[in-house]
Amino acid sequence: MNHDAYPDNYIRGILNGVKSIAMVGASPINVRPSYFAFKYLAQRGYDMIPVNPGHVGKELLGKPFVASLSDIGRPVDMIDIFRNSSHLMPVVEEALTLDPLPKVIWMQLGARDDAAAAKAESVGIKVVMNRCPKIEYGRLSSEISWMGVNSRTLSSKRAPAPTQGMRLSLNRMSVGGGDTAASDRAAKNKSEQS
Amino acid sequence: MSDRLPGFSTLAVHAGAQPDPTTGARATPIYQTTSFVFNDADHAASLFGLQAFGNIYTRIGNPTNAVLEERVAALEGGTAALAVASGHAAQVVVLQQLLQPGDEFIAARKLYGGSINQFTHAFKSFGWNVVWADPDDIASFERAVTPRTKAIFIESIANPGGSITDIEAISTVARKAGVPLIVDNTLASPYLIRPIDHGADIVVHSLTKFLGGHGNSLGGIIVDAGTFDWSTGGKYPMLSEPRPEYHGIRLQETFGNFAFAIACRVLGLRDLGPALSPFNAFMILTGIETLPLRMQRHCDNAKAVAEFLAGHPAVASVSYAGLPSDKYHQLARKYAPKGAGAVFTFSLKGGYDAGVNLVSKLQLFSHLANVGDTRSLVIHPASTTHSQLDDAAKVKSGAGPDVVRLSIGIEDKEDLIADLEQALGA
Repeated sequence: MNHDAYPDNYIRGILNGVKSIAMVGASPINVRPSYFAFKYLAQRGYDMIPVNPGHVGKELLGKPFVASLSDIGRPVDMIDIFRNSSHLMPVVEEALTLDPLPKVIWMQLGARDDAAAAKAESVGIKVVMNRCPKIEYGRLSSEISWMGVNSRTLSSKRAPAPTQGMRLSLNRMSVGGGDTAASDRAAKNKSEQS
Repeated sequence: MSDRLPGFSTLAVHAGAQPDPTTGARATPIYQTTSFVFNDADHAASLFGLQAFGNIYTRIGNPTNAVLEERVAALEGGTAALAVASGHAAQVVVLQQLLQPGDEFIAARKLYGGSINQFTHAFKSFGWNVVWADPDDIASFERAVTPRTKAIFIESIANPGGSITDIEAISTVARKAGVPLIVDNTLASPYLIRPIDHGADIVVHSLTKFLGGHGNSLGGIIVDAGTFDWSTGGKYPMLSEPRPEYHGIRLQETFGNFAFAIACRVLGLRDLGPALSPFNAFMILTGIETLPLRMQRHCDNAKAVAEFLAGHPAVASVSYAGLPSDKYHQLARKYAPKGAGAVFTFSLKGGYDAGVNLVSKLQLFSHLANVGDTRSLVIHPASTTHSQLDDAAKVKSGAGPDVVRLSIGIEDKEDLIADLEQALGA
């Protein structure tokens, strides 16, 4: 996978396909992006599992925290990692010990580790880096358009009014796919410099 | 479902708009409401905390305005946009996110006279110091960079003379200086020039002009290219640092490549207040649907009128980059191959008096202070839009006393030429 620019169909396939998501680094602090991404994905019907060793014994929106991926004790479709780029590799390595393997490893906006990605992809796991699943879900459903964001999708169909806990259709027509060409170029330049 | 890229005209009609989920209305409804009900207290708190997508209050966002924002972002190739009350409001909101008191920004000397005034006087009172550079001398931008420089501001097609700016060359200077390049793309519109493709980090518009296109509604917009990294060096604390007004949220971390547009909305528009009326957003959206058709007609008419004027004995010179003899013709061919815009100036051999005489004799051209209308417009900048500049600055900005500015409309070009001919003739 070219991690500088993801086709919409790749992201759409992942978000339409996965049901359970373990979020590593989920925070109980309600102004942290991991908290509101967790909440949003739960509201859109995903089976969310918060992973954070610092909060074991507590719950996040009714879901008990687990200390590590291996403590989940049941198969998960996707691992969503809310950690800095330098802390991704150990999480990916732990994910690769799970049986069955997760179908997807997703690294948050700002997080990227190409070596870790290659490792996961070599065993058939789909990888997304430097994206937010909440933003991508909002973009493909066009819900994010409410904030003046370019969803890069079009539709002439009447969408149902979104309500809490409802899955939205992500099957709008794509405008080029993924991020804009200019922002992809800028991100690529940045990753090459670092 | 395919990732095929729709064309510009398709985006001009469709981007951002879809049938209304509640009623099925196909045209974008005018959501003429100040406020929006919350589902419950938790939903309200999530919206106020920037944690959920949704509407709160029309000073922060409105569904009609959001369609306009997404449409212009799509046409410009940006990640997000924010519509505001006017082009001037767009400029204030942009610079508020970038500059602290005592900071500097570099601006091209050739700008709309209103921008020159805003930068020179109003912004000075905020402690935002403009440093002027000459768009015909790229090195003058490099020389103007200091450690306090926070942005570079240019127009793609410069008012009033219709000169074309070398956006790529100036974007190289901006990149080297580590500051964003802001391009006012009002006179080109994204149909002629997409500054983001040439290295712009932020695009601003007066929507009042060609985008709205009918001279009936004021508006402005800010487009975030999603290209600038705001996190480096603490230079842009509005984007990179925890915001106390939002419980310590960091905008770049949270919103990634559309963080600048969000900053403009939640720190700029929310607190400064220049919201766009949803009715104006609707009028401008309707205008944008025909932008590609109108803009080509504007350009074709402008070229015909410029050619006529260039051959007229009463005319001393024509400044239109669409003419092969023009100083900016090569830049026009590179940046605006479909046409060099429809706003340009010419000077009369008879000087100031001949200009005043011409304006008074024209029958179809309207004498007023606007550009980018379906109607053809004329003005004498030295006595109006640029009148607050001193004589030297007037000449430098292309608005000397003998200069007349035209904004060519979409009428029949033969009628425009006939009107100019009768007014110049006697």
